[in-house]
Amino acid sequence: MIEPSSRPDPDALLRRVHADEARAARARLKIFFGFAPGVGKTYRMLQVARDLVIEHKVPDVVVGLVETHQRFDTAALLLGLEILPRKAIEYRGRTLEEFDLDAALARKPRLLLVDELAHTNAPGSRHAKRWQDVLELLDAGIDVYTTVNIQHVESLNDVVAQITGVQVRETIPDSLLERADEIELVDIAPEELLARLHEGKVYLPEQALRAADQFFRRGNLLALRELALRRIAQTVDEDVREARAERGVTEPWATVERILVCVGPAPSSARLIRTAHRLATSLRAPWVAAYADTPALGGMSEADRGRLEDHLRLAESLGAVVVRLSGTRVAEELLAWARKQNVTRIVIGKPTHSRLWDRLRGSLLDDVVRGSGEIDVLVISGDSDESREEAKAATWQAAVPGRSWGFAGALIAATTALAAPLHHGLGVPDVEMLFLLAVMTAGVWLGRGPALLAAALGVAAYDFFFVPPYWTFRVSDIRFLMTFAMMFGVGLLMSELASRLRRQEQEARAREERTAALVALSNELGSVVALPEAAQRVARLAARTFDASATVLALDDQSKLAPIAREPLTVELDANELAVSRWALDHARMAGSGTDTLPGARSLAIPIGPAREPIAVLALFRAEPTPLSADQRGFLQAFCRQASIALERTVLAERAGAALIRARTEEMRSSLLAAVSHDLRTPLAAITGAASSLQNIAGLGDDVQRELVETIAESADRLERLVSNLLSMTRLESGAVTLRREWVPLEEIIGTARTALEKAFAGRPVHTAIDPDLPLLAVDPVLIEQLLVNLLENTLRHAPDPPGAPKTPIELAARRDGEAVEITVADRGPGLPEEVRARPFEKFVRGTGARGAGVGLGLAICHGIATVHGGSITAESRAGGGTVFRVRLPISAAPALLPATDGGPA
Amino acid sequence: MTSDAAIVLAIEDELPVRRFLRASLAAHGFRVIEAETGAEGIALAASHNPDVVLLDLGLPDGDGVEWLRRLREWSRVPVIVISARGREDDKVIALDAGADDYLTKPFGVNELLARIRVALRHAQGIATPGDATLELPGLEIDLARREVRVDGREIRLTPIEFKILILLARNAGRVLTHRQILTEVWGPGHTGENHNVRVHVALLRKKIELDPTRPQRLMTESGVGYRLRDREVD
Repeated sequence: MIEPSSRPDPDALLRRVHADEARAARARLKIFFGFAPGVGKTYRMLQVARDLVIEHKVPDVVVGLVETHQRFDTAALLLGLEILPRKAIEYRGRTLEEFDLDAALARKPRLLLVDELAHTNAPGSRHAKRWQDVLELLDAGIDVYTTVNIQHVESLNDVVAQITGVQVRETIPDSLLERADEIELVDIAPEELLARLHEGKVYLPEQALRAADQFFRRGNLLALRELALRRIAQTVDEDVREARAERGVTEPWATVERILVCVGPAPSSARLIRTAHRLATSLRAPWVAAYADTPALGGMSEADRGRLEDHLRLAESLGAVVVRLSGTRVAEELLAWARKQNVTRIVIGKPTHSRLWDRLRGSLLDDVVRGSGEIDVLVISGDSDESREEAKAATWQAAVPGRSWGFAGALIAATTALAAPLHHGLGVPDVEMLFLLAVMTAGVWLGRGPALLAAALGVAAYDFFFVPPYWTFRVSDIRFLMTFAMMFGVGLLMSELASRLRRQEQEARAREERTAALVALSNELGSVVALPEAAQRVARLAARTFDASATVLALDDQSKLAPIAREPLTVELDANELAVSRWALDHARMAGSGTDTLPGARSLAIPIGPAREPIAVLALFRAEPTPLSADQRGFLQAFCRQASIALERTVLAERAGAALIRARTEEMRSSLLAAVSHDLRTPLAAITGAASSLQNIAGLGDDVQRELVETIAESADRLERLVSNLLSMTRLESGAVTLRREWVPLEEIIGTARTALEKAFAGRPVHTAIDPDLPLLAVDPVLIEQLLVNLLENTLRHAPDPPGAPKTPIELAARRDGEAVEITVADRGPGLPEEVRARPFEKFVRGTGARGAGVGLGLAICHGIATVHGGSITAESRAGGGTVFRVRLPISAAPALLPATDGGPA
Repeated sequence: MTSDAAIVLAIEDELPVRRFLRASLAAHGFRVIEAETGAEGIALAASHNPDVVLLDLGLPDGDGVEWLRRLREWSRVPVIVISARGREDDKVIALDAGADDYLTKPFGVNELLARIRVALRHAQGIATPGDATLELPGLEIDLARREVRVDGREIRLTPIEFKILILLARNAGRVLTHRQILTEVWGPGHTGENHNVRVHVALLRKKIELDPTRPQRLMTESGVGYRLRDREVD
């Protein structure tokens, strides 16, 4: 019997196979990792590259960008290597030299050297950060060597800051280290590094010189070195663990850890997040960043909100799942959620405020610890309080319109004016109630500041006018102090309650709008089967929901990105914005305004479709191109996920349709051969026969001769019709038909169709009912005419023609139906025959009982034409006998007409 | 056949078609001269001064439209294009390049004869422009008074409708492309605004046709332009 636990996990094996395959196919990333500037990463990287080129004769190794800092020994290593020129970027009058990503992609070497992974690109570059450039290079299949120091690793950033006291702003996500196929630690002894520093061999940017003394201390360096070694060891450890899992070695820990970190707007939350990430990584546990939104927090300032979003983004970038909880009590919400999700550890910040505060407002930490039960709680110290002060100050600045203060004053003045006659004239005793009412009113309507102002003014006015001794601010009775305190208290309470309610209401409304938008999207897309239609609906809804102009783009036959739907119809994308969308599609990532990639663009491009192979791009021109908050981003993603599912479904449906078509090809081919050979041969036989009779038989009577000639003419007509039908069908199917859309009145097309069939109608009445107010249609008039001709011909062919009886009429009507024009052609014929009913618009499907020559192409052509116009055609049996065909063509906004000119010939 | 019979120059490389043209046109009293290539056709046009030219577009020595442009450099002889190219674009290109009419193969001899007659009449008409009235079946236009009668009943037209109507009437039986109408009525520089012509023609039809969805006078040439029916083209 096989021990189940020692058997290799098939999923793990499969993952391994997939990862190996992906790794073999994808480009390799090697990182030269150092614990401090000056350890010689660049030098080592060049050495390795040089070795490859010179010793191992590896071709196609190119230096993308290397900073030699004018050091001879490093520069010497560059000799003989191909170096890409840098790109000059003008920024605020200075010329900055940057790595030229486009040149590198165009050059597409096998291996590219790009120094300083954590570098921040100059504004105007495609990506905000160099590591994004590197990711794009890797995506393009280019191997990359790069360098980075430990202080730039996101999750270790604050640890390094703690060790050295120097905060580094440029960071790279940890996922890059995980993405690396190889990490080489460039290690030297701290003593040696210090010696090199004193010799001036370590280049430091100017702004770093100040901090250098603080940074380069032996103790610091030792700690950093250890940290770097540990980080590398962790990577090695992961590899080992993978290998063990693969060979069926049971993991030493069977329990699954799950970590939850409580995130808030306080700046110390960033530290909490990094700690939680480290913990999660070392435990190989999934982790969650939770933010509890409670009305008790009251209004959050813009600055707080921004910081909170930053934190949630940070957590997301470090691999956390972000959840937002809402409820009245933070601790209860957190714990309830944690229990439900089997969280094993909660990471929470140490409070930084006084104990008194806790007494008053309750302590989150206390509540969590008390209620945590079997869940471990890790309390991590927060940063200093300064940022909190700053946060508080920001809350106070919450915008109160200036006139609110005025209203507060006016309110008290009016109350005083009202209270004076009441009190002094009529002797009403408790006028303080009036003031209380005024303060409450101010609290509810005007916000906290004005409410407090109203309370102060109210106290002053009440004291001055109504508290003996009158006309002074002195108070004779201590009881009145109570009244004053009450006024203040009520003012505060009311304003707090009111603002809380307002915020809750706003949030509820925003949430409701979003939910409504998603519901609308799923409803609208639910029934759509065709890609263009789905795209159009996505564009329409996106434009409405995000208050933007929206375009949906997809690849055309030449693999060029082209709009397939736009809202409004006037949106145009220039080459720049197209490039943004292209990038988003190629890399399956958001790009453009509000993101980190190509943030200078005007549009925001979001890929739509399966996560790895998007099939389309949604490009939004937002009215206010601000960076996206995590909330907006989440909503946008939810929106696009919905859209993706719908578009994917249409594509799948199309593919399924294509498969069906392929399956029927054989059947069709044989029916085509049969039909064509029959339909071509019959008239040809008649022509040959008639012509040879005329040629060879002497003495034919005049009548006979005329009959033969008529036969020839008729057969030729029939051949002509057949050939042109076959041509149209071939053209429609091969996609060779380019629509020449023009603005045409439908009446004109109906007119040409009827003229063309003048002879065929031969006395059969046609009842037309065309709505006189139809707008111009943007269609190809020639194709629509053909559609109508074919439809009418088909109807004629099936209309009953009993000799002697009057011919039944054909009804032709057109009317507007929403955003489409519906054209109906109805007859009183026998209705759709059984064998045709399921697929009347398919090629070579012919109904029995038709008169004259039909190949079964007419309706197929109708269908093809309606489809290329984005319209549809259906057929159904009619009540009371007969068939009705419905053609629907979309309506778009018609162009303006030219004014009459005065001149010109008359 | 008399010496003053109208001369038709047929520039066509297909022998069967030439044979059919020769036989049918000769039977109706025309003198037919034939050219197999464009170059030969131009030379014959210069030497024989034909009254009508029938021009095929697919010639062995280059595109017929090019030969048409060369011919137009020095001659105003009516040219009727006969071609198997049925695409509307080809027709518009040929008409805009100076062709007077266009017939898609296959066509019947009656149709051809009618077009030739219209072309001949217009060629003579060019010499004497400016009649005071234009008369067409059921349609009477008094140019001086700007009055239009349909079946004897006077109708009111807007200035643009009037301009379009007299333009078509002066060229009765011939196709005018959208662009030609735009240029004549609105002035040059309005390419791509064909819908203006269409809208006004639709309005005009409501006034001069019994049933605008079944026009009998102002005919649409799909994708090409319009033609006012003449007595001779039915």
